[in-house]
Amino acid sequence: MLDKVVFYFFAGLAVLSAILVVTRRNVVHSAIFLITALLATAGIFLQLHAEFLFAVQIILYVGGIMVLFIFVIMLVNLDVALHQVQFNRQTLLALLLTLALAAQLGLGLRLGRSVMFAPARPGPLEPNTELVGRTLFQNYMLPFEIASILLLVAMIGAVVMAKKKV
Amino acid sequence: MRELIEFFRPHLLPLLYALVIVAVLPLIAGYVVLVERKVMADMQARLGPMRVGPHGLLQPIADAVKLLLKEDIIPENADVWIFWLAPLLSVTAGMLALSALPFGPAFQIADLNIGLLFIVGISSMGIFGIVLGGWASNSHYSLLGALRSSAQLVSYETAAGMALVSALLLAGTLSMATIVRVQEHKGVWFVFVAPIAFFTYLVASIAETNRAPFDLPEAESELVAGYMTEYSGFRWALYFLAEYTNMIVVGSIATVMFLGGWLRPFPNVHALDFFDYVPAVLMLAVAGYCLWRAPKQPVTVQKLFLVAVAGLCALVAAILAAPLFGVPYLSKAALHGGFWFLLKVFLYIYVFMWLRFTFPRYRFDQLMRLGWHFLIPVSIVNVMGIGVALVLHRQFGWAKWLAFLVTTVGTLAVAGYLAATDERHETAMVGGDA
Amino acid sequence: MIPTSHYLFLSLALFTIGVIGVLTRRNVIIILMSIELILNAVNINLIAFSRMFGSVDGQIFALFVITDAAAEAAVGLGIIIAFFRNRETVLADEMDILKW
Repeated sequence: MLDKVVFYFFAGLAVLSAILVVTRRNVVHSAIFLITALLATAGIFLQLHAEFLFAVQIILYVGGIMVLFIFVIMLVNLDVALHQVQFNRQTLLALLLTLALAAQLGLGLRLGRSVMFAPARPGPLEPNTELVGRTLFQNYMLPFEIASILLLVAMIGAVVMAKKKV
Repeated sequence: MRELIEFFRPHLLPLLYALVIVAVLPLIAGYVVLVERKVMADMQARLGPMRVGPHGLLQPIADAVKLLLKEDIIPENADVWIFWLAPLLSVTAGMLALSALPFGPAFQIADLNIGLLFIVGISSMGIFGIVLGGWASNSHYSLLGALRSSAQLVSYETAAGMALVSALLLAGTLSMATIVRVQEHKGVWFVFVAPIAFFTYLVASIAETNRAPFDLPEAESELVAGYMTEYSGFRWALYFLAEYTNMIVVGSIATVMFLGGWLRPFPNVHALDFFDYVPAVLMLAVAGYCLWRAPKQPVTVQKLFLVAVAGLCALVAAILAAPLFGVPYLSKAALHGGFWFLLKVFLYIYVFMWLRFTFPRYRFDQLMRLGWHFLIPVSIVNVMGIGVALVLHRQFGWAKWLAFLVTTVGTLAVAGYLAATDERHETAMVGGDA
Repeated sequence: MIPTSHYLFLSLALFTIGVIGVLTRRNVIIILMSIELILNAVNINLIAFSRMFGSVDGQIFALFVITDAAAEAAVGLGIIIAFFRNRETVLADEMDILKW
């Protein structure tokens, strides 16, 4: 029973925060609601017994990416932007198409449920961190190394982009 | 109804601990401020607060009452919601981190499997309190102070995290209580195995908590008070509480990871069991000192007060010595563990205060240079070095002390090279080539 | 135990809101934030299936997605800063000529 309460709490918080992210006029408010949405997602991860991903989500996403977002928002914040139109000209069309997409995906989920949702076989997911570490460094070593090169490239790219041209 | 009670029963004791921490923490933070003022006074050859209460002991209460009664000013054009939210974020992050820390073998709210990672994550969330507070104040000083402070925090967080990773490699687990048990099992505190990691963490944690000599963002002569400029009254008290809570958190992390948590020195060596008497003897020494100083006090109230303090310390000494003489219901592990833990955290915080009143402030570019050019490379090399030492010991069969000695010397060599070849720019900050 | 379909519908909801954000808003920073929402929806999906099949591969994939999101956010924000320095705007509608 507590399971359901926790799930609906985090799910409701995530969806509500996400709606507020895309509708706020003030960009800083959007950023704060995105932080709330990310924390709610971390809660969902924890409920799915993915402890390591829960901690990684908080450290990387909330503590890293969102701090970066807030820095940039403060650098590019224009007061005049608060009074301009927030939604662009294609809003109605976008809404219709997105609802069509959502309906399609939802229909796909409903129709495929007998095949997709086999009864759960909770396999060896504990101890979570050790298992993630072991699998990451034994089976997925190459993607790990490529991800580190990707991060290096991104770091260099971001520094070059944001530097003042002297 | 009955099954609801049964459902919550295992959570009652942690809930009680959480309530105790939340209730007692502001008081403790207030008294840490008083201790800091007294230590500052002692190092500056004066007496510190002496007026309010005997020896100034009611000063935190007076400060708290004053701050609660101050006018609550919100700057014009400030974002009211975020202005209200920012101090709460800082305090919440600090208190959440306290929930995963073991204050003794019996006093931990939640022994998470990922305790260390959780604490690091929550500490990185404390940055939001600073950045949003500075931005919401709608003032230049605040925003600059906030951006500088958060840049400093982000830079030193990496170094601190990697120093913790070095200790983590030795422990093999992320759970805080298990890390202390590993140190007990191996019979050595990790500070003796990885001293460079400890010192890196010490320096990085001073920068993490915005303490001097890294307190440029909140120094009075530099940016008024940085991100706290526009906060007055109770909101400022919340920021202050958050800062001292962070100090306690950082001290507790260092104690658990490096200083052996709740273990006494030489935990496994039975020949040195007389160390078990040290807590009681220490408290008796404090009581004796108070009794010795009592007749020299000028005012009767202070004389009586020192006698009362001596009596209290003697009582604590009796409680600490009782389990050693077979008194039932008093658990030696819990009492002595709590005492050693608090003693180590207090010593760590004392070193913070000592450094604050000894060294001048770092300029901001010097601060960033220290973080990025020195501490982060040293941390990385240290992590690799500890890994090499573990491989040398486990796979190649070197003696433990030899492997770690070689590693420490190697890391020190790298650190020395970095320090020696660092080009120091003495130009002014504006337009300087940093 | 919550059935996996619940998590998939949550993921669908977040994905939809993210797509609406990307297609509808003018402010480029909010577009980037909506992209982060989409990536989070994908992560919930991956981890829900990882729990269902008892395999840790889903969590590792989610870890790589988070890493990717960090890299992309960094570069995207760098581009926004560079653009803002030249054109003083963060609205996607006004970023419409290829040379200046």
